Amino acid sequence: MSTVAAKAPGAAGGGLEDVAASEASLRRFLHGLPGVDAVGLEARAATLGTRSIKTTAKAYAIDLAISMIDLTTLEGADTHGKVRGLCTKGRNPDPTDPTAPRVAAICVYPDMVATAKAALAGTDIQVASVATAFPAGRVALPVKLADTADAVAAGADEIDMVIDRGAFLSGRYLDVFNEIVAVKQACKRADGTSAHLKVIFETGELQTYDNVRRASWLGMLAGADFIKTSTGKVAVNATPPVTLLMLEAVRDFKQQTGVQIGVKPAGGIKTTKDAMKYLVMVNETLGDDWLSPHWFRFGASSLLNDLLMQRQKLTTGRYSGPDYVTVD
Amino acid sequence: MSETTLSVFKTYKLYVGGKFPRSESGRVYEVSDSKGQWLANAPLGTRKDTRDAVLAARAAVKGWAGTTAYNRGQVLYRIAEMLQGRREQFAAEVALAEGIGSKKAAALVDAAIDRWVWYAGWTDKVAQIAGSSNPVAGPFFNLSTPEPSGVIGVVAPQSGTGFSFLGLVSVIAPAIAAGNTVVVAAAADAPLPALSLGEVLATSDLPGGVVNLISGKTADIAPTLASHQDVNGLDLAGAIAAEGPGAAVELEVLAADTLKRVIRPAADQASLDWTNAPGTERLLSFLETKTVWHPMGI
Repeated sequence: MSTVAAKAPGAAGGGLEDVAASEASLRRFLHGLPGVDAVGLEARAATLGTRSIKTTAKAYAIDLAISMIDLTTLEGADTHGKVRGLCTKGRNPDPTDPTAPRVAAICVYPDMVATAKAALAGTDIQVASVATAFPAGRVALPVKLADTADAVAAGADEIDMVIDRGAFLSGRYLDVFNEIVAVKQACKRADGTSAHLKVIFETGELQTYDNVRRASWLGMLAGADFIKTSTGKVAVNATPPVTLLMLEAVRDFKQQTGVQIGVKPAGGIKTTKDAMKYLVMVNETLGDDWLSPHWFRFGASSLLNDLLMQRQKLTTGRYSGPDYVTVD
Repeated sequence: MSETTLSVFKTYKLYVGGKFPRSESGRVYEVSDSKGQWLANAPLGTRKDTRDAVLAARAAVKGWAGTTAYNRGQVLYRIAEMLQGRREQFAAEVALAEGIGSKKAAALVDAAIDRWVWYAGWTDKVAQIAGSSNPVAGPFFNLSTPEPSGVIGVVAPQSGTGFSFLGLVSVIAPAIAAGNTVVVAAAADAPLPALSLGEVLATSDLPGGVVNLISGKTADIAPTLASHQDVNGLDLAGAIAAEGPGAAVELEVLAADTLKRVIRPAADQASLDWTNAPGTERLLSFLETKTVWHPMGI
C-alpha cells in the first residue's frame, strides 16, 4: 500500500487500497468505471422529479429541507454585519413561528468564519468555510493549505474545497487526489479532531457525466466527507441528473467500502419544489440513511425564503409573499 | 373538395406570465352558450394556478410600474389596435356568451376597444388628478404623487349588460393604466372572451405577467386571491353577494387580514350596464400616495 493511499480513510477497504498507488493505476481505475447512460440518467432524474408530495409529507419535507440548508453568503461585498444577520436568520429562520427548524450550517468565506462562529455560539449550527482559493482554486498548493488551515484555526467546522479542474480535465488525476489528501490533512485541529471536508467538483465545468462519475470516485477515494456539485459561481450549477449521478456513486462506494459519504448539491436550487425533487432522489437512491443533515445538504441562500413561505402557507392556509420573510 | 374540410377546434388556455399554460390540474370544464349549447372546454384553473399567476404578476410589477406613463399609454393604445383586427372573433364570442344578437355584440366590442383608448389617454393624467402640491407651514415644496399599489386581484364581472368583454376590459384597463399588474378570475360561465383577450395582450407589447387570466371556479380562485399575502388590492366587480365561499363578504373579510384595498361589488350586478361611462373610481382606487418634502431654496 502506498503512503498516499494510506492517508485516505475512504480507501480503507473494498479492494481499493492500491488504486491511488500511481498515476497509471488511478487512471486505470477511473477510466474503468462504467460509462454513464446519459439518456437513462436524465430520464430517471426527470421521473423522480414528478412525484407529488402533499400535506403532512410536504410539511415533513419542508422542515427536513430547512434543517439541511447550508445558508450561504459568498459575495465580494460581504460584511461582518451581513454575516451576523445571516447567522441570526439561521438560528431563527421564521421569527413569526418558533417551530421552524434551524438550518444546518452557515457557509461563508474564511475571513468571516470567526464572526459567524461568534454569532452562532450556543447553537449546534455548523460554520462552513469555503477554502482553497474558492471559487477558481487557481493558486499554488501551499496557499490553498494555508487558506484551509486559517479557516480551521478560526473555528470552521466544515471546509468546502474546490478541486483543480484544470488538472482533472487534463488527466492529472493523481495531482487532484494528492491535493485533496493534503487539504484533508490541513483540516486537522490541534486537539486531533478534524473539520469535515466537502469537495466541490464544479460539475458545470467537467463537461461530461463520465467525468462527474470519475470525479466523485476520485474525491471519495481521497477522503472527502462530502461531495458537492458546484460553487454556485458558474453558469451551470447543481442539476438533478448530476446530483443523481453523484448519489449513485455514493451508494456504490458505500456498497464496496462500507464508508458513508455525504452529498451537497449547491447553486440554482431556489424553490421548495426543486428541494423536494432532490429529497425524493435521495430517498429513492440512498434511502433513509441519508435523509439527515449529517449526510445531505443544500447549498443555497434564496431557497430558505421559499421554504418559509411554503411553510407559512401550510400553517396559515393562505399564500405568503416576499414581504413576510427577511430580505438578505 | 372544400366541403370535406374539418374545422379545427381551439384549445383555450390560461394566460399567465405572458405564456399560455394549461391548468396545473390538467383539468378542463365545459363552457356553454346562454342556451346551454356546448361551446368549448376551458381550463379549470386551481389555487395553484392562481398562486403561479400572482408570482408572475409580482415579478412584472417593477418593470410595468417603472415604465413611463407615456409608454404605458402607448401600450394600452396598441391593445386597442390589436383588438380592432380581431373584432369579428370577439363579437361572435360575446354574442354566444351573453345570448345577444351579433349587431349588439359588435357594438359592445367596439365599446371595449374605445375603453382601451380612453384608459390609454388616462395613464399620464392620473398623477395630475390624484397628486397635489400641498401648502405647508415651512420653507418646503410638498408634493404628493400617486404610485401603483402593486398586484391587484380582480374578480371579473359575471353579469350585467356587456359583462363578458366590455365589463372585463373595464376592470382590467384602469388597474394596469395606473401601473398595477393584475390576476383576473374570469367569469366562470363565460370565460372565452377573457381567454381570447390573452391572445391579444400577448401580441400588444404588454410585458408578460402584467395581466394574468385564470378561468375556473370563482369559489376556488377568488378566496385564494383575497387571502394571498402578496396581493395588494382586490376588485370584487363580479363577486356574488350571497353567502358562501367566494361571496363578496367573505372575500372582504379575507382581504382585511392583509389590509388590501378593496372595490366592493355593485348591489345589483345583473342590472349593471357596462356601456355607461366608467368614471375614475377604478382608476384611482389602487394607488398609494407618496409625499415628498423638498427644501425650498436657492
